[in-house]
Amino acid sequence: MYSSTVMDHFKNPRNVGEIENADGIGEVGNPLCGDMMTIYLKIEEETIKDIKFKTFGCGAAIAVSSMLTEMAKGKTVEEAKKITNKTVAEALEGLPKNKLHCSNLGADALHLAIQNYEDKKAGITRPVSKREEKHEHDHGHEEGGKCYCPYCNIEVKEDLPFCASCGKSLKTIQ
Amino acid sequence: MKLINLDYLSANPVLPEVQEAMIEAIRTNYGNPSSPHQLGDQAAEALAKARESVAGLINSPSTQEIVFTSGGTESINLAIKGVALANAKKGNHIVTSNIEHNAVLRTLRRLRMMDYKVASVAVDENGRIDPAEVARAITDQTILVTIMHSNNEIGTIQPIEEIARITREKKIPFHCDAVTSVGVVPMDVQKLGVDLLSFSANQFYGPSGVGGLYIRSGTGLWPLLDGGVQENNKRAGTENLIGIIGMGKAAELAGRDLESRINHCLGLKKKLILGLQENIEDIFLNGHPEFSLPNLVSVSIQYIEGEGIVLMLDEEKILVSTRSACAAGALQASHVLLAIGRDFADAQGTLVITFGKETAEADIERFLGVLKTVVQTLRDMSPLYKKKV
Repeated sequence: MYSSTVMDHFKNPRNVGEIENADGIGEVGNPLCGDMMTIYLKIEEETIKDIKFKTFGCGAAIAVSSMLTEMAKGKTVEEAKKITNKTVAEALEGLPKNKLHCSNLGADALHLAIQNYEDKKAGITRPVSKREEKHEHDHGHEEGGKCYCPYCNIEVKEDLPFCASCGKSLKTIQ
Repeated sequence: MKLINLDYLSANPVLPEVQEAMIEAIRTNYGNPSSPHQLGDQAAEALAKARESVAGLINSPSTQEIVFTSGGTESINLAIKGVALANAKKGNHIVTSNIEHNAVLRTLRRLRMMDYKVASVAVDENGRIDPAEVARAITDQTILVTIMHSNNEIGTIQPIEEIARITREKKIPFHCDAVTSVGVVPMDVQKLGVDLLSFSANQFYGPSGVGGLYIRSGTGLWPLLDGGVQENNKRAGTENLIGIIGMGKAAELAGRDLESRINHCLGLKKKLILGLQENIEDIFLNGHPEFSLPNLVSVSIQYIEGEGIVLMLDEEKILVSTRSACAAGALQASHVLLAIGRDFADAQGTLVITFGKETAEADIERFLGVLKTVVQTLRDMSPLYKKKV
């Protein structure tokens, strides 16, 4: 199911752990749907000197976290901002279609950690965590009151913030 | 390193005696049971013998009540759609439970598209149905009740006899999906009182791709496949003779060895549960402590996700399932685990461990040892575990 690169990063994950007094922390995901990722950054002279992760999720989510940290380590903050979910998935030589949502967490967590670092520098207080606990149903409903995932067309339940079938967030879709 | 299969639910090994019977049949018994010549007669005879063995395993009073199919899924489809279509003029309401297998749930979803209505009875925290709730769900439009005998993810066995008493009184056909039970626990359709019962050969060491449906005489049912008059006009198409011969042999052996198989599994189950409780913190055992399959243990391991455990165990040549293999490709948390009150995160960290005849105590011991390491490795990576500490 997974490429040898994915399996390598899953079996031998790089940069697992936490950084005490991290300069930036980013946490994304939703424990309800089974994937959560926290990224810790140590930044010196605008360069990522160290990066660690903690992940609750499937093999793909762990491999994404590991690859992401390898890609970001040693990069400047500006370079790291350019890492996208797509480039992480590509570096892993692809992910199964139904696991692409796992890669969506990786770059988001990194970007949130960078934002947290920049917020601290600017003296702004903002949550380091981006969790979606509630499905707002702001993406429009089909006739008859039923709500379908716009990505995979499966009916979604009223109380879920994500599509139970494909894992995509439903909260921010307009 | 020896491969340890603790995922018998996905596929049982085909017993050597069953293999031999099938190989012999491939060599010598390739006729069509419907042909009116000696090769056909020989095939028909083998078919009848297999039907007798299968009828014996579930104590069906007549071999005429057994229809061979391509497996559990087809049997379930034939039972539910067949009864629904045959009774469409009488009503359009079906009663089921909220922990049925996808073969049942998706068949019912299809029927909903054809304006059938479905009432789904909830289970308790052990996955057990209260028969009184089934009685309450029945309306004057109800034409079928379909409730599984045992659950394929948590192993809970339902009070089928009590439910059947209700359906008999109300003269409503009762289908029981017994795919995970037939050949695993004693099964007696007369004692149970069900009208239809689905089963599959690969759950009792027969081949995949062959199963059966018990249909009590007099139960109205439309066939799904029209064509020839095979299978008592209930399922057209030349029979899968080799597969059926394999199932017949497997049924014969299951009938003979059932008690020793159950005792063997109960010993392993006890050892496994004790080992899990002693070795790993923060776990929940799922399913009913008493009314449960002897060959299945479902455990929710907090703070980590099931697929990671399965992949790491696979590296150590130990095979387990996160839940039913049919659902493993889907990302959603198991509807069964949510129905018994597990939250999403715990449901994601659930293993279904199934074993059987060839599982040794040493296999369980090795599994427990490796699992302990795997769980710790994944927990060390988990942000949820850190927060708990």
